Amino acid sequence: MSLLISSPHAHGGDTIRANMLSVILALLPAAGVAVYLFGWLALFLMVLCMAGCMLSEWASLKMMGRPVSRLGDGSAALTGLLLALTLPAAVPWWMALIGCVAAIVLAKQVYGGLGHNPFNPALAARVVLLISFPLNMTAWIVPMHAPGFAAALPLDLFDFPTCWQLFWLGPEALGKGLDAITMASPLGHVKTEWSRGVGAIEALRNYDYSYLDAFLGREAGSLGETSALALLLGGVYLMARHTISWHIPVSFIVTVYLLAALFNAVNPEHFAPPLFHVLAGGLMLGAFYMATDPVSSPVTPRGQIVFGIGCGILTWSIRTFGGYPEGVMFSILLMNCAVPLIDHYFRPRVYGK
Amino acid sequence: MPGLVDRLTGLFSAGLAGGVDLKALISHGGFPGGVHPAQMKHTAGSPIVRSPLPPRLILPLKQHIGEACTPTVEVGERVLRGQKVARSQGYVSAPVHAPSSGTVVAIEEHGVPHPSGMGRQCIIIEPDGLDEADESLPPMSDFLDQEPAVIRERIRLSGIVGLGGAVFPTFIKMLRDHHHPVETVILNGVECEPYLTCDHRVMLEHADAVVLGLSVIMHAVDAARGVIAIEDNKPDAVQTMQKALDDSGMGDRVEVRVLPTRYPQGGEKQLIQSVTGKQMPAGKLPLHIGVLCQNVGTAKAVHDAVCLGVPLTERVVTIGGDAVPQPANICARIGTPVPFLLAQCGLEDLSGIRLIHGGPMMGERLPRMNVPLVKSTNGLLAMRQETLYSEHAEEEPCIRCGHCVEVCPAGLVPNELAWHCRNDQFDRGQEYDLFDCIECGCCSYVCPSHIPLVHYFRYAKGQVAHIEKERAFAELSKARSEARDNRLAREQAERAARRSKVRRQAAPAKAEKKDGGADSAARGGETSEDKS
Repeated sequence: MSLLISSPHAHGGDTIRANMLSVILALLPAAGVAVYLFGWLALFLMVLCMAGCMLSEWASLKMMGRPVSRLGDGSAALTGLLLALTLPAAVPWWMALIGCVAAIVLAKQVYGGLGHNPFNPALAARVVLLISFPLNMTAWIVPMHAPGFAAALPLDLFDFPTCWQLFWLGPEALGKGLDAITMASPLGHVKTEWSRGVGAIEALRNYDYSYLDAFLGREAGSLGETSALALLLGGVYLMARHTISWHIPVSFIVTVYLLAALFNAVNPEHFAPPLFHVLAGGLMLGAFYMATDPVSSPVTPRGQIVFGIGCGILTWSIRTFGGYPEGVMFSILLMNCAVPLIDHYFRPRVYGK
Repeated sequence: MPGLVDRLTGLFSAGLAGGVDLKALISHGGFPGGVHPAQMKHTAGSPIVRSPLPPRLILPLKQHIGEACTPTVEVGERVLRGQKVARSQGYVSAPVHAPSSGTVVAIEEHGVPHPSGMGRQCIIIEPDGLDEADESLPPMSDFLDQEPAVIRERIRLSGIVGLGGAVFPTFIKMLRDHHHPVETVILNGVECEPYLTCDHRVMLEHADAVVLGLSVIMHAVDAARGVIAIEDNKPDAVQTMQKALDDSGMGDRVEVRVLPTRYPQGGEKQLIQSVTGKQMPAGKLPLHIGVLCQNVGTAKAVHDAVCLGVPLTERVVTIGGDAVPQPANICARIGTPVPFLLAQCGLEDLSGIRLIHGGPMMGERLPRMNVPLVKSTNGLLAMRQETLYSEHAEEEPCIRCGHCVEVCPAGLVPNELAWHCRNDQFDRGQEYDLFDCIECGCCSYVCPSHIPLVHYFRYAKGQVAHIEKERAFAELSKARSEARDNRLAREQAERAARRSKVRRQAAPAKAEKKDGGADSAARGGETSEDKS
């Protein structure tokens, strides 16, 4: 006889697995864009990362004597997909695998497994990689189908043998250096130009930047972060399905927009325009899929808004004043640290109190 | 390989549908939080049927919140229907009446509907089938001319308690407080628990009695307004009640309020907010904001007691659950054995059956089947063991999705609270407002990790009560032991004082006889005083 005799005796039917699968499903449009832009490379990387993460999870569960059936909850597969989508298409396969182990073992299982990790595992792994391999992690392969770079395109990424070789052996096997097939992302370009004393508007002009391309995703960047449209589609699905609530993504993106708008209004030549900030880099990916990671974000609605605003301020600040061109990852991880505090101070109002 | 493809497509379609429409589960407006469980009200169309007299009636001496009753009959005595067989003991209590005429065959411990499975003292009556009534309580057809106190006393004597499930003695709720006059009486016809339809059927079939009961209550507490609150999943009840109101001529003072269906709207605090828009301040009673809530079934019982002179000896119960072949709404005598009722619905073989007392959201699972129907029994659900969720729930780690926070009508953070309760950190639990939890079960219902949150809260509440009790006992023992020490010391001092006085009186006499004796006597007196 079960010990549990307590009510309720009915359940709504929601499961961890359904939640994880819905996020994977929501990421499919972005994954599709990744394949469209980076061909076989994107597919290889996504499959490798998902397999790597699930393998790491399996090994960890086995070693810790936990039920291996937990692998079925889909969280490891999701972490793998998220990690792949935050990586540049040109990272070597072994680097991606190191990322998988870092995500699952270092950032998740040593803390006690699902539900106990203070940081988003995929982002923590990305930080490990960025700090360990700064060169590879900031080399953005020239995407296919980007109108401005069509002429410069040095490789056909839909050619299976080329990509196979590139993926396992690196660009040297094709007789090309990493520099020859990569370019700067818009954010990176603005940062470099700033260091030469060129304002953001001028930098974007000489980059041939277009809002439409950024919205649709036809620009350089990590696998899954380029297309705001695809990410928004998935985000809306997640909110409609109630897997995530609107609080974090909306407060995050609105804060970045408002801060950028304020500074842009004060000095339009130097500070990048707000829409550029919203469409650039990993903001959409971060706001809808990383910051909303339930485990490492606040549980209360008010806390989630505070969390989102914090992420927004940090993102804009790091992008504008920091050493790295992109701040989404650091901002989310920093705010992850503040989650217990936020949860403690921003509780809902108790009925009648 | 095709198998793998099937599996993958299965996985993705599961993700697409999510297995569940979460959006429909969680809604907003009225009171905060709440969920939309599957209604399962299969018996909504089944008219109330009367149960035949069972071979034995088992009357627990405690069927209400408060002190247990004391039997006023003896074994072998013949009792009549409606005769008081146990009188209330203490203030918060309600007497028990014989549900039919017959002989008291035993007063002994018998299983009662309680999750612990422990027994309680019961009066067991064997009905003689004559069903002769005791007519000591005359009907008050002129209740509007009666003093409120007279009506209240009648309600107290009739053993009426809240029939919604809380079984709090009704007359206490109706006591008048001149600082807090009751403005609005809310009749609770919400019945938000899945499966249960007994209140629904009472409204349909006894609408006039319910309206009269409401007018008795309004008269007794001198309330100007009445509201009959019904959820919009019972449009027929809304119509019937409206018609009964119009016919009774109370339409100008009482309104039928249709509320959007949402669990736990039937909870007193939630209902008050849905109807009045006001939250009851924590630690206060509905009275403090001028409201009195009563269940529609209670209103009918009040009508029966006051207008017909019939004490509470029967109630309507919904018998359902997936193991019951013919679910039904049955009007049964209090004390009817549960297996007797289940048999009427076609369920004879009770093996592999789990019995739930109440609804699926807040009901208690009963470890024993052979228990009687009591005043609080609004539903009896017989579930097959294989399909009962609480039997198979496997707890997984909390992923902090926050759905429990969203649906909690009390405004708690259930996941944090459960964490503290599970780790026996009860002071932290109380910091997280443990005692504001109403145990509605919304958090457990939406939890994707199947964490039995309510179970942890109940455990913690029990432990805190236990600790408080022990602390109070320790305080008492300490006070007693200190008082004893003080008394002993005082007595010793008094004795010593007396002794030295006697010696001082004796000393001069001795001194006359022999010199030096006075010194030693005085010294002895001093030392004994020093000691004290």
